Amino acid sequence: MVIPDEWLVMNDDLTLPGATDTERGSSLWRDAWHRLRKNKMAVGGLFILILMCVLALLTPWIAPYSYEEQNLVLGAAGPSAQHWLGTDTLGRDLLTRLLYGGRISLAVGFIATSVALTIGVLYGTFAGYFGGRVDATMMRLVDILYALPFMIFIILLMVIFGRNILLLFLAIGAVEWLTMARIVRGQVQSLRQQEFIEAAISMGLSQWTIIRRHLIPNTLGPVIVYTTLTIPSVMLFEAFLSFLGLGIQPPQSSWGLLISYGVETMEEYPWLLIFPGLALSTTLFALNFLGDGLRDALDPRASKD
Amino acid sequence: MALLEVDNLSIWFHTRNGVVKAIDSVSFSVAEGETLAIVGESGSGKSVCCYSLLGLIPSPPGNIESGTAIFDGRDLLTLSERELRKVRGSKIATIFQDPMTSLNPYLTIGEQLIEPLLYHRAMSRKDARGRAIQLLDEVGIPGAKQRFDSYAHEFSGGMRQRVMIAMALIAEPRLLIADEPTTALDVTIQAQTLQLIADLQKQRNLAVIFISHDLAVVAGIADRVAVMKDGQFVEYGPTEAVFDRAQHPYTQSLLAAIPGGAKPGSPATSSSSPDSPLIEISHLKTWFNGTEETTSNATVKAVDDVSLSITKNEILGIVGESGSGKSTLGRSILQLVKTTSGSIKFDGEELCGLTPHQLIPYRRRIQMIFQDPYASLNPRMTVFDALAEPLRYHGLATRKTVLPQVLNLMDDVGLAASAMRKYPHEFSGGQRQRIAIGRAIATKPEFIVADEPVSALDVTIQAQILELILRLVEKHNLTMLFISHDLSVVRYICDRVAVMHGGELIESGATETLWHHPQTPYAQSLLAAVPRLSSRSS
Repeated sequence: MVIPDEWLVMNDDLTLPGATDTERGSSLWRDAWHRLRKNKMAVGGLFILILMCVLALLTPWIAPYSYEEQNLVLGAAGPSAQHWLGTDTLGRDLLTRLLYGGRISLAVGFIATSVALTIGVLYGTFAGYFGGRVDATMMRLVDILYALPFMIFIILLMVIFGRNILLLFLAIGAVEWLTMARIVRGQVQSLRQQEFIEAAISMGLSQWTIIRRHLIPNTLGPVIVYTTLTIPSVMLFEAFLSFLGLGIQPPQSSWGLLISYGVETMEEYPWLLIFPGLALSTTLFALNFLGDGLRDALDPRASKD
Repeated sequence: MALLEVDNLSIWFHTRNGVVKAIDSVSFSVAEGETLAIVGESGSGKSVCCYSLLGLIPSPPGNIESGTAIFDGRDLLTLSERELRKVRGSKIATIFQDPMTSLNPYLTIGEQLIEPLLYHRAMSRKDARGRAIQLLDEVGIPGAKQRFDSYAHEFSGGMRQRVMIAMALIAEPRLLIADEPTTALDVTIQAQTLQLIADLQKQRNLAVIFISHDLAVVAGIADRVAVMKDGQFVEYGPTEAVFDRAQHPYTQSLLAAIPGGAKPGSPATSSSSPDSPLIEISHLKTWFNGTEETTSNATVKAVDDVSLSITKNEILGIVGESGSGKSTLGRSILQLVKTTSGSIKFDGEELCGLTPHQLIPYRRRIQMIFQDPYASLNPRMTVFDALAEPLRYHGLATRKTVLPQVLNLMDDVGLAASAMRKYPHEFSGGQRQRIAIGRAIATKPEFIVADEPVSALDVTIQAQILELILRLVEKHNLTMLFISHDLSVVRYICDRVAVMHGGELIESGATETLWHHPQTPYAQSLLAAVPRLSSRSS
């Protein structure tokens, strides 16, 4: 049986002193920001992420040691006053390496995901919106790319252009956008049938305006959730590539690399696994809280404040 | 002794925002062979009332606070889930509003029909099959033997509802609860379905509880009527008494809201002024999956060789059943679907064959109001954004002037200024339709296509929206194409009416002329099927 909406959602009056402020931009984003600010978990997540990024940017100035400075006499030592998080088997300061590793990991996570997000959302929206033959061609291309072993693709890129950190971002982004495109296309296809899109067409809006104002905002929920899942998987993907010798190389570091080395020496030197692991999982938690908060904030129907 | 006797039933829903008294001290009874109709608007509690008898109230949040429901000597409200399962389906059966969603699309209808016989009655498969076919025959499904193995999607809406009725009756229940069983059906099919329920009731001496929002439908079939509002019976008595001597002001307002007359303040004849028509359609064809050269079996001639014209300030009604092509005609005028051939002239200029870019100036002058106010508004745009968009896009407002213009529009359609920053889901259906209407008139169009603008609304809200449309048409000198399946609504609002059937326009004329003297047999059958308050059976 169906319970009428009215019973579950009582309309408390949201009256804003509206009539005074002149409108700029979309109220969706402004309202979303209002709602997001009330979500303590999401704000906490956002704060942690900003802190991480600031630390990563300032690393060259705040890191206590150089990332390649070895102290073979000291070797692997536990946390101490000189080395807060201890040192690795070569006597390198773990805090320093963690900070430098964060630069790489966060950059890979955010840049590669942005690449995937931009391509995926635009590609999926166009395919879903225009439908028919355009859609068929565009999605077959996606299928073909899916079928290609991405390792070969990345190895080829590395061989042709040489090892390059920027290329790594692009290569990972170029693999990750496929799923995003599929998700968005499915969303857009079902939205396309809705009357409000027809209303927008009969209003005479251009196709680009319809896509930008009416379609994309309504696909945001799943897109945001998928994005928060993509960032960590991209970070781990980078570790995997580096492990195979295709990503970044020692003495440079990333969280993924630190973790994979940490795993090898887990029994003797547990701090080499614990601290990088903590850094990565804190970021993931923060991302998830922020992602959930954003999804709810961007859906006017989700929360009642 | 009545078959079902409900006494002092109260059901409250404990929600985050406090207690909602969904059912508040309701008492009623139904005897065998009797029909009780419960009438009310959406949210009035009429469905909750019946589902509680079957233990189908989600709990929490729902909770039965007090009352008894004695069915055949036992109190349904105190039965355990196990005992209730035996009652459901076998003693009390239900027919739902939407026959498509209540049938399992992956099973043949025969399989679904014999299920209760196999499990509850331990009948053999062969006997059950025979019984099911006999029943399908009884509810008027032609070729019952062959249709036994068909799937739900292979039936039309009306036939599907017949299958549902057969399913409800297969276990020989004594009480039938029909929850808006004809709301989703066309008017002629509705009449047939109502007749079928009445016949079956007579043969089997069934007790029927008929839930509906439509007083006119109820008038023809009910012995007694209960009018429900905010969880209470505000009026309860024999049908005659409720309709002729309604005591409660709410019942009176419901009765008054039924569109039951000619268009107010207009002569019955159409203005046959020699004005040049605003819209002139000639030999329009809109076909799907094919053109005139390449027709195939899959070709659907949604609109087939339609010619009509609409003069300025006229409201032309298009009536027809679902699938008659009336919506496609409206969408063709707006160029939302690709036309196959023919011409559509707006103010003397041809619309067919224009590119989207060339259409933009016309988009401002031709607008549309959609049927479903839930689907036609972007859920992520506030009222302000929805109304400001067409104004800003067509350059009709600057950043400074847009606010007063939007407030003006909201005032025009009867929305409070305080609602400006709210999102569509915070409004009721009627208010949403007001937003949609506001959006349609924002660009000061000359012509509006209204596609079933009130069919998703409650009857009192429907009356208000119709008033609003008439007022706006008057105020802004609008010309309108009003598409509807509801003839009484069309009669109330339109100057001229055109009847569509199978993609063709078969009859048109001044509203009152057509209402009283339909020429074609199809129009006659359509009019005969309209449920009217005056058609009460004695």
